Amino acid sequence: MTQMTEANALPELTAEELARYSRHLILPEVGEEGQRRLKAAKVLCVGTGGLGSPLAFYLAAAGVGTLGLVDFDVVDASNLQRQIIHSTADIGRKKLDSATDKLEALNPAINVVKHETLLTSANALEILKDYDIVADGTDNFPTRYLVNDACVLLRKPNVYGSIFRFEGQASVFATEQGPCYRCLYPEPPPPGVVPSCAEGGVLGILPGLVGVIQATEVIKLILGAGELLVGRLLLVDSLSMRFRELKLRKNPECPVCGPNPTVTKLIDYDQFCGIVPAAKEESRVKNGVPQITPVELKRRIDAGEDVFILDVREPFEHQIANIGGKLIPQNDVPQRLAEIDRDREIIVQCKSGGRSQRIAEFLLQNGYPKVVNLVGGILAWSDQVDPKVPKY
Amino acid sequence: MTIFIPTPLRSFAGGNKTMEVSAGTVAGALDELMSAYPELRRQLFNEQGKVRAFINLYLNDEDVRYLPLKEATEVSAKDTLSIIPSIAGGC
Repeated sequence: MTQMTEANALPELTAEELARYSRHLILPEVGEEGQRRLKAAKVLCVGTGGLGSPLAFYLAAAGVGTLGLVDFDVVDASNLQRQIIHSTADIGRKKLDSATDKLEALNPAINVVKHETLLTSANALEILKDYDIVADGTDNFPTRYLVNDACVLLRKPNVYGSIFRFEGQASVFATEQGPCYRCLYPEPPPPGVVPSCAEGGVLGILPGLVGVIQATEVIKLILGAGELLVGRLLLVDSLSMRFRELKLRKNPECPVCGPNPTVTKLIDYDQFCGIVPAAKEESRVKNGVPQITPVELKRRIDAGEDVFILDVREPFEHQIANIGGKLIPQNDVPQRLAEIDRDREIIVQCKSGGRSQRIAEFLLQNGYPKVVNLVGGILAWSDQVDPKVPKY
Repeated sequence: MTIFIPTPLRSFAGGNKTMEVSAGTVAGALDELMSAYPELRRQLFNEQGKVRAFINLYLNDEDVRYLPLKEATEVSAKDTLSIIPSIAGGC
C-alpha cells in the first residue's frame, strides 16, 4: 500500500455486492470507491487463532477481496473459549480448513488463500510479497520480529495486536513514516520471562477486542480514511475497561527501519530470541538446570524410583490435573523453602515448563544441589505419557 | 505520582497494580518502587543497571528514552509512570 490505486483501475461491484455492502456504500468515508478498494485489497492474516479469528471474520464480512491465512495448527478444545472462527465440530481439524469454511460461508465472493506453514525466514518474503497489508496475530516473539522485519523490508504496513491475560496492545507498524515494532522493543525478552497465553491465561473476549481493532486499522489503511494507529500504541485493559494511548517514535538507531540499518535481510529469529531448538533443549542443561522429558520421568517412576516432584502451579490448576507432585505455588516458594528437602533431587513441574524453569533456577541459586525441570510440564506429560491427565 | 505496574510484573510487586510514590524524578520514582519491591529490580534492569530492552518506561504518554533529561526528568504528583513490557500473545 505504498500508493493508492487509481479509482478507474479498481474492480467493479456486482449487483449482489451493491446489495451486500449497502451500509458501507452510504458512508461517505467508504462509498462505492472505498468498497471497490476493499474488493481489490489483499490482506495476509498471520495466525487464525484468538486475534486472527475476529480479524479474518470482519475482513471477510467487509468484502476484502483476497484474504491470506497462515497457520499450521489444528483446532484444540481449549481454543474454543476465544477462537470464534472454529467450532466444536472442528476439534482436530486443521485451523486453516476450519477458518476457510467459515469465511467462505460468510462471504463466498472473496478469495481465501491458505498458507499451511509455519512462517519462517526462508518463506516469509515469498508469502508476504503478494499482499498489500499484513496483520500480525501470532503468539510468539520470534514470529513477531520476523513479521516486522519482513514488512519493513517489503515496505508493507504491519497491523499489530498482542494480548496477555486482560490486557492488549495494538499499533500500526512499518508504514513509510511511522515506527516499526523494533523501534518500540529493540530486543525480545529472554525466553520464559514473559509468559504465553497458554501459561498466563487470557480472557476469551480480549482477542476479540484487540483483533477487531486490528481489523479496523486494516480497513482504514485500505480506504485511506481516518487516523491510523501509526506512531501510537493503544493499550487496552479489559478489567478496568480503560483504553490508553502512548506516543511511539521512529528510533533513529533502529537496526531495521533506521537510516543506517544493520538488518537488511531476514535473520534466524529463534536464535535472536534466545530459543534453543526443542530437540536439543530436552537433552540439555538450560541456565544450569538439567531438563528431563516426561517420558524419561515416567521411565524412572516405572523403575520404582521414589522421585520428588514439586508442582509450582496455582491450587486450582493442581485440582484440574496433577501427577502427584507436592504443590507450592511459584510465588510461595521463597517463603516455603523449609518444606523442600535440600538432600533430594527436586523435579520442578508446572503447566508447560516455563514457571518450573524459573523456580528451578531460583532453587539452584538458593543452594539446592540437584534441581531438574520437567520439559513441557503437565501438558507434555498428558501428550507423551498419560492422555488421561486432562489438559487445560 | 502513580506508577502503573503491568500484569506480567505484578507477581514481583505483591500483586499490586499501581503504587503511589513521592519522588521528584523518574529515577527517584523507580528507586522508591525498587525499595518497596526489591525483586522487581532484576526484572526491570540488566546487569549494567540499564532498563531492559524489552521494557519501556512512559512518563504520561511520552517514552522516557526520548525525554531530553530521560530518567532525570522531574515529575509531579499528577504524573503517571507506566511500565510497558513486550507481550506476544495472540492465541
